Amino acid sequence: MSTAATTEIKPAPPVEKIKVKVDGREIEVPKTMADPISGKPIPTTMIQACELAKQEVPHYCYHPKLPVVGNCRMCLVEYGMPAMGPDRKPVLNADGSPKISKMPRPAISCATPVSPGMEIYTNTPGVKQMREGVLESLLINHPLDCPICDQAGECKLQEYSVDYGQSASRFVEAKVHKPKAVDLGPRIMLDAERCILCTRCIRFTRDIAGDDALGIVNRGSYNTIATFPGLPFDNNYTLNTVDICPVGALTSKDFRFKMRVWFLKETKSVCTSCATGCNIIIGSREEKIQRYTPRENDAVNGPWMCDAGRLNYKWIGREDRLKDVLVRGQKSTWTAALNEISDKLKKAPAGSVAIIASARQTNEELWLISKLKAKLGAISDSIPRDGKGDKILVSADKNPNTNGARLTGICFTEMGINLVKISDGIASGKIKTLIVFGENIVKRAVANEKLRERETISEVVDEHGITAELLQKLDTLIVSDILPNETTKLAHYVLPGAAHAEKRGSFTNTKGRVQKFMKAVEAPGDARAEWEFLHDLVHNVTGQNGFVTIEGLFNQMAKEVPAFNGVTWQALGDTGLTVQI
Amino acid sequence: MAQEYKLILKYADEPGYTPDIECYLRHGGYADLKKALAIAPKDLADGKKLSPQEQIREDVKISGLRGRGGAGFSCGLKWSFVDRKSGKPIYLICNADESEPGTFKDRQIMYKDPHQLIEGMAISCFANDVHLAYIYIRGEMVDGAKILNEALKEARAKNFLGKNICGGGYDLEMHVHRGAGAYICGEETGLIESLEGKRPYPRIKPPYFPAILGLWMCPTIVNNVETLCNVKHIVAMGGAAFAKLGTPNNTGTRIVSLSGHVKKPGYYEIETGKATIGELINDPKFGGGLRDGRKLKAVIPGGSSAKVFKAGEKFKLKKKDAEGKEILVETDMLDLPYDFDSLAAAGSMSGSSAIIVMDDSTDIVEALANLSEFYAHESCGQCTPCREGALWMSKTLHRLTHGEGRAADADYLVKIADNIPGGRTICAFGEACSWPVQSFVAKFKDEFVAKGAADEARHAKQVAAPVETKELAAAHH
Repeated sequence: MSTAATTEIKPAPPVEKIKVKVDGREIEVPKTMADPISGKPIPTTMIQACELAKQEVPHYCYHPKLPVVGNCRMCLVEYGMPAMGPDRKPVLNADGSPKISKMPRPAISCATPVSPGMEIYTNTPGVKQMREGVLESLLINHPLDCPICDQAGECKLQEYSVDYGQSASRFVEAKVHKPKAVDLGPRIMLDAERCILCTRCIRFTRDIAGDDALGIVNRGSYNTIATFPGLPFDNNYTLNTVDICPVGALTSKDFRFKMRVWFLKETKSVCTSCATGCNIIIGSREEKIQRYTPRENDAVNGPWMCDAGRLNYKWIGREDRLKDVLVRGQKSTWTAALNEISDKLKKAPAGSVAIIASARQTNEELWLISKLKAKLGAISDSIPRDGKGDKILVSADKNPNTNGARLTGICFTEMGINLVKISDGIASGKIKTLIVFGENIVKRAVANEKLRERETISEVVDEHGITAELLQKLDTLIVSDILPNETTKLAHYVLPGAAHAEKRGSFTNTKGRVQKFMKAVEAPGDARAEWEFLHDLVHNVTGQNGFVTIEGLFNQMAKEVPAFNGVTWQALGDTGLTVQI
Repeated sequence: MAQEYKLILKYADEPGYTPDIECYLRHGGYADLKKALAIAPKDLADGKKLSPQEQIREDVKISGLRGRGGAGFSCGLKWSFVDRKSGKPIYLICNADESEPGTFKDRQIMYKDPHQLIEGMAISCFANDVHLAYIYIRGEMVDGAKILNEALKEARAKNFLGKNICGGGYDLEMHVHRGAGAYICGEETGLIESLEGKRPYPRIKPPYFPAILGLWMCPTIVNNVETLCNVKHIVAMGGAAFAKLGTPNNTGTRIVSLSGHVKKPGYYEIETGKATIGELINDPKFGGGLRDGRKLKAVIPGGSSAKVFKAGEKFKLKKKDAEGKEILVETDMLDLPYDFDSLAAAGSMSGSSAIIVMDDSTDIVEALANLSEFYAHESCGQCTPCREGALWMSKTLHRLTHGEGRAADADYLVKIADNIPGGRTICAFGEACSWPVQSFVAKFKDEFVAKGAADEARHAKQVAAPVETKELAAAHH
């Protein structure tokens, strides 16, 4: 691999290693690991050592990205330490090995630091008994309403019940009743009876989202998660609490009662709502997207994503999607339309064609467009899409692939700078053919996509001179898009494209992370992935034949585009690679 | 014969003794603070110097003073854990959240002799380089807070607090903070959270040992009211002299809160271990015996969370014979010396030194139900075993005391209780709520079984009786 592509792992100063035993197996673990919030080195804990030893320790409240509170007690383990003699020297067994004295009390593995020679026992009868005790305690007041609970299938209570649960309950008292279907905020519902009070949601929203919105009211077994009176739980990260809720207490209003999770097909993808490129899993069933959930990638989004991005999937399933190839308003076929377009482009004099591509397109598609551009001597650009960013995940750049458009030469560093030249060219009659991908170029100023009542995605399309009147001066307007708009209405050729969830490809995020995404659902009607028909078009116009698979296409692009040199589709893996931008 | 020995409560109940500073000064008040501030550095044989602070801390170690709040942990050792190299301020908190049912000793000090506490705290603060201290007082002690605030005002006015105390170059400020009515605020890390303005959820240890990461994540000492008062007397008489009070490893005095079925309930200060439980209950100088015609049934020796003793229970205690050899001596519960170690050896604890006496009129199941209800109400609910277990036990006991019991409930209760203590919970509340259940059922099991069985028998009779059911069944066929 060339030096251009690097993974995110930075060479950290060497950390002292210590040896511990997990269930009899000796392993070396770093003495310190990074604090999830501050990043400062803090002592490695037993649960981290167990994870390094590939020994799972069941837990509810512990979350590797949140501060440790140690309240669920599920991760209790037994342990031993090297015995010390009165001379403060280790006592040795007959064979010279250090004598281990088992500690009389258990310890929570999530908070107890490891020390040299420590032995951790995760599977003793005593540990099993403690886990059974904790699980029983968590279940006695739980409603056991799995058949109607959205968490069913991905619930830690269910999972650990298999390992540590009893088939019959000995609890004969009346259960504690707590509020149900509590409207915590615009996107979150709480069932307090299902809640096991692990406080993950409280810690996430306080320490990660920076919004101290949740707390606990009441006392003892009556404890209940609550918001401050009159203050709804409403920040752009609330839905992450649904992900980290180990039970069905917090549910997404968008997803609840919609689909049993075990019916969902899970596809690895990337969010397209801004240039951050949060890694996601698309949950779909029968060609319909049901939800996005974040997919952990510490180089990009950790295990989180914003609510706006998460809920920005419904447009993909819209009824009015472009499904047909249209030639001058009449339904046509891909072959007919592409042949006609190819013929026109081949005949077009140099400089008479302009291309406005979209920074929502993939690296591969933009690279194919750049081939077309080179052959036609065309001027090109994309439409910048600026909005509000935050300090957590959301980028002010609302295009998912701005860097892809730059690296493939579709636009300059300052995107949109060529739009004036294009409008002037059309006005002067120099530009006779315009190819537009995925952009409604006559749209103006501020457009808002609303997330319930709160605006969380806003985009500003810069002023430029391209108007509907101007477009009518063109001989040929070729538009590929996903949804109908003013520009597609004016087009001589409409080529229905595919959403990212309907194709494979890669984006280059704001930090130069090249990330691939997979196809979750089929595109509707005749709609096709742009890279597929672009490949045909490029072949027709330039005579060059490229790869017909996305892997081959990417690898060829990586050879030709300097920034991507050395990267391969395979090497991208699930979490991508960072390139120089 | 056992005697009262008034050290802490020497003046408190004297006629005419008032909580104001003038009265305190008339009785030699603040002399020990002045004495402490005037201690000169001591040259050691090896050429090193022992600072005045180190000398006091050493003296406290020598005194053998153990915490009076409940755990009986060595005060000198606790102070030695304080992180003095962090560069952060060190805080001292007086735990005045006295809430253990049966306990009413700290209240006597604070209400009647508040300056003794302030002096003890000031010396302790000086000894630990503390410049800001808090008195966290139980919310229900409204007058106590008023009295302490008044006393602090007086002490400030006389420069026993504030800048350059008594010209000794030492600054100290002290504040009273009132709790909001939760037992768990007496747990030192819960107290610290509460003082920081949060829910009093006890902290996990590690990493949050108060001596290292306490109040505002700074090194913090949390001591009980009585413990801090003792520091004043250690400075007054010297650690070695203090260690001669009481019995070895159980030094000084203890104020015992005696309640329940005795003729003279009240508080009695004794030399630790110099009176037995029996003497405390029966001696006319103390409890004066049970009510006439009653027999002893049970004793809770150290606040409601201590394991109960059954009348007539015998324990084998280690003692040294005439030749200094260790022998086991069978000791009746009533003959247990009232100290830390003997009670621990007998499987319970002296805890907050509150003896609750129950005579044969007591329904032991009702008594436990009462205690359990308290603990179910006071569990903070942070960690699972205590949150769910405390209420579960209370619900069971409520059922058992309301005609819905089962003979099997005795075992059922113990199984619930067994899942709570022994390091499974964040704080010692897990032990506090489960020990009574474990010990009550273990020692009075027949009463629990009998109560449950009686309920079952009654229910069986009621189910068997109705004729209509049989008629209905017949009609069905």
